[in-house]
Amino acid sequence: MSTVILLTLTGLGLAALYFLVASGLSLVFGLADVLNFAHGLFLGVGAYATWWAAGNLPGAGADGLGFVVAVVFGVLAGSAVAVLVELVLIRPLYSRTIEQVLVTVGLSLAGVALLQATWGADARPFPRPGWTRDVTSVLGAQVPNAGLLLIVAAAVVLGALLAFLRFTRYGLIIRAGVENREMVTALGIDVRKAFTLVFAIGGAAAALAGALGSVYFGTVSPGQGGSLLIFAFIVVVIGGMGSVVGSAYAAVAVGLLQQFVNYYGTSGLGDLCVVGLLAVVLLLRPQGLAGKVAHA
Amino acid sequence: MTEVKSPEVPAPPAAVPDELTPGHARWHGLRPYAPLAALVVAAILPYSTVNLPGIFEGPLNSPGTLQLLAICLVFGGLAAGYDLLFGRTGMLSFGHALYFAAGVYGTDVLVTRAGLPLWQAALLTVTGGTILAALLGAVALRTVGIAFAMVTLAFAQVGAILVARDFGGLTGGEEGLPLDVSGLPAALVGVTNTVNLYWLALAYLALVVLVVHRVSGSPTGRVLAGLRDDERRIGVLGLDPYRFKLVAFTLAGGLATAGGVVYCLIVGGASPHVTSSELTLSLLVMVVLGGPGTRWGPVLGGILYMYLDHRLTAFGTSDAVNNLPAFLSHPLSQPLFVLGTVFILAVYFFPGGLASLRTRLTPLTTALRRR
Repeated sequence: MSTVILLTLTGLGLAALYFLVASGLSLVFGLADVLNFAHGLFLGVGAYATWWAAGNLPGAGADGLGFVVAVVFGVLAGSAVAVLVELVLIRPLYSRTIEQVLVTVGLSLAGVALLQATWGADARPFPRPGWTRDVTSVLGAQVPNAGLLLIVAAAVVLGALLAFLRFTRYGLIIRAGVENREMVTALGIDVRKAFTLVFAIGGAAAALAGALGSVYFGTVSPGQGGSLLIFAFIVVVIGGMGSVVGSAYAAVAVGLLQQFVNYYGTSGLGDLCVVGLLAVVLLLRPQGLAGKVAHA
Repeated sequence: MTEVKSPEVPAPPAAVPDELTPGHARWHGLRPYAPLAALVVAAILPYSTVNLPGIFEGPLNSPGTLQLLAICLVFGGLAAGYDLLFGRTGMLSFGHALYFAAGVYGTDVLVTRAGLPLWQAALLTVTGGTILAALLGAVALRTVGIAFAMVTLAFAQVGAILVARDFGGLTGGEEGLPLDVSGLPAALVGVTNTVNLYWLALAYLALVVLVVHRVSGSPTGRVLAGLRDDERRIGVLGLDPYRFKLVAFTLAGGLATAGGVVYCLIVGGASPHVTSSELTLSLLVMVVLGGPGTRWGPVLGGILYMYLDHRLTAFGTSDAVNNLPAFLSHPLSQPLFVLGTVFILAVYFFPGGLASLRTRLTPLTTALRRR
């Protein structure tokens, strides 16, 4: 029994990581039709900015409040890079989907190489508060605190995103824009501001995933974003592009499936099952679990 | 955003047909023979002992240079095959590396683990890779546009996982699997025989260019171009888009598998790097840099990309770069940083790639000549 609980909770931790990356991807794709390969770069920037801040920024550190400051700095850095990318590189190419994909592909190659050039290709130990190394006993299972931290963070982000989409004016514009962008434009609303906004939100969520994911793994390396990104893509497609709630459901399904099959089957089999799930969902329901509607 | 949002990915910019580009009248009659001449020059290149300092490390006929050239040629062919999907049919596949990797690992496993003679292994591998492409394509092509890209990416990821996890101890996992050369024909083994591998790579490139050329000139090729430009219209004309796309996908997969076989012989083994999604992304970069939908653009793009990828490493560690301040020398020592940046600039400023360079420069040269 305790094994099942442990697997469930670590699976949910993995799901939280996927959700943080996928929610931004999904919103950006739903609203702006940009398939963002550079999302892994935002994750890397968040992780490295947190790592840098913990060592160098006054007031930040590896423990207590200092760690919170470091993570906030990392999230802001990721968000700033995302906004910069949107304004400088993506905006001139709107409505040219292929070119946008190509630019983000180039950016992901160049950006990761730049991280590697600056801080080296090897994984570096990540500063983390002492309590994240400990385990908590939940119903007899010893669960690592870092995983619980991820779950809590993802739940908070999910709640905040849903509240933002439902109760604010910009949330309304984003929801409407995902459903029918032309109509929103025709009503005289500048959707481009919303584009920048979803990039900022997506970048922040990805940077948070980078920082907390590094706490979970204990190290930070330039290639970290890339491998996560593929599973985040799968989560986005399964969940339905443009749907935050769909991403959340799909992330939980993918995380749990991966964790359980990897434990009870051979290692690596869970990853294959996830791809199998993707194929099944696409054949039975090509628009994904939730379709292209930003449910709030 | 006034244009209608369509679920499909819009096609890459259509290429300017060759006959529309103005050429010099004097050379016009000779143009059809230019590819043949290039092939002959490339074939007799290994007999030259010319030393090109800065471009290659040794003389042209040294094994190191020949191996680099052979790798470049294979990737030229690979990019040309990928262009059959991307530039000519408008399918954005992110999983093309899978079929290449199937060729590399298929040959390697069949020769090294099963002990088959090379010709049987190569034949089995190419057949298997083509069947694999047909099966996976049949599933993936049920989706269009971005979803298609995602599904192919996911399938390729399965390949990467299978290789990395080393099920049954076949693939050697992270370390890769060196090719067992004892069963190979003597002409393909050893440093002194690198020149034969070079010719093999050249033959592969010529084969791919020929096949792509023949296909795109055939009625099927016209349907593929139609699919790129307006898929719905092809459907209205009574043709089945699914079937034609599957043909293109299978053919491109088979060509990529054959490229994998040649690559496996050139580098003498397989490493997990060939299964990475990064390889597909670099194929995309090659095609876009060269010029999608053109005959020579992707070939040039592939050759140039691989050349730069190899040589920029040497360039990055050279004195000229090391003497620069750190904030410049560190990024410049990363080939992918340079290539990625060049790629982004190319997407903005040279949407037609290298192949469109001449038409873009024509106004400039005519203006200069008028003076």
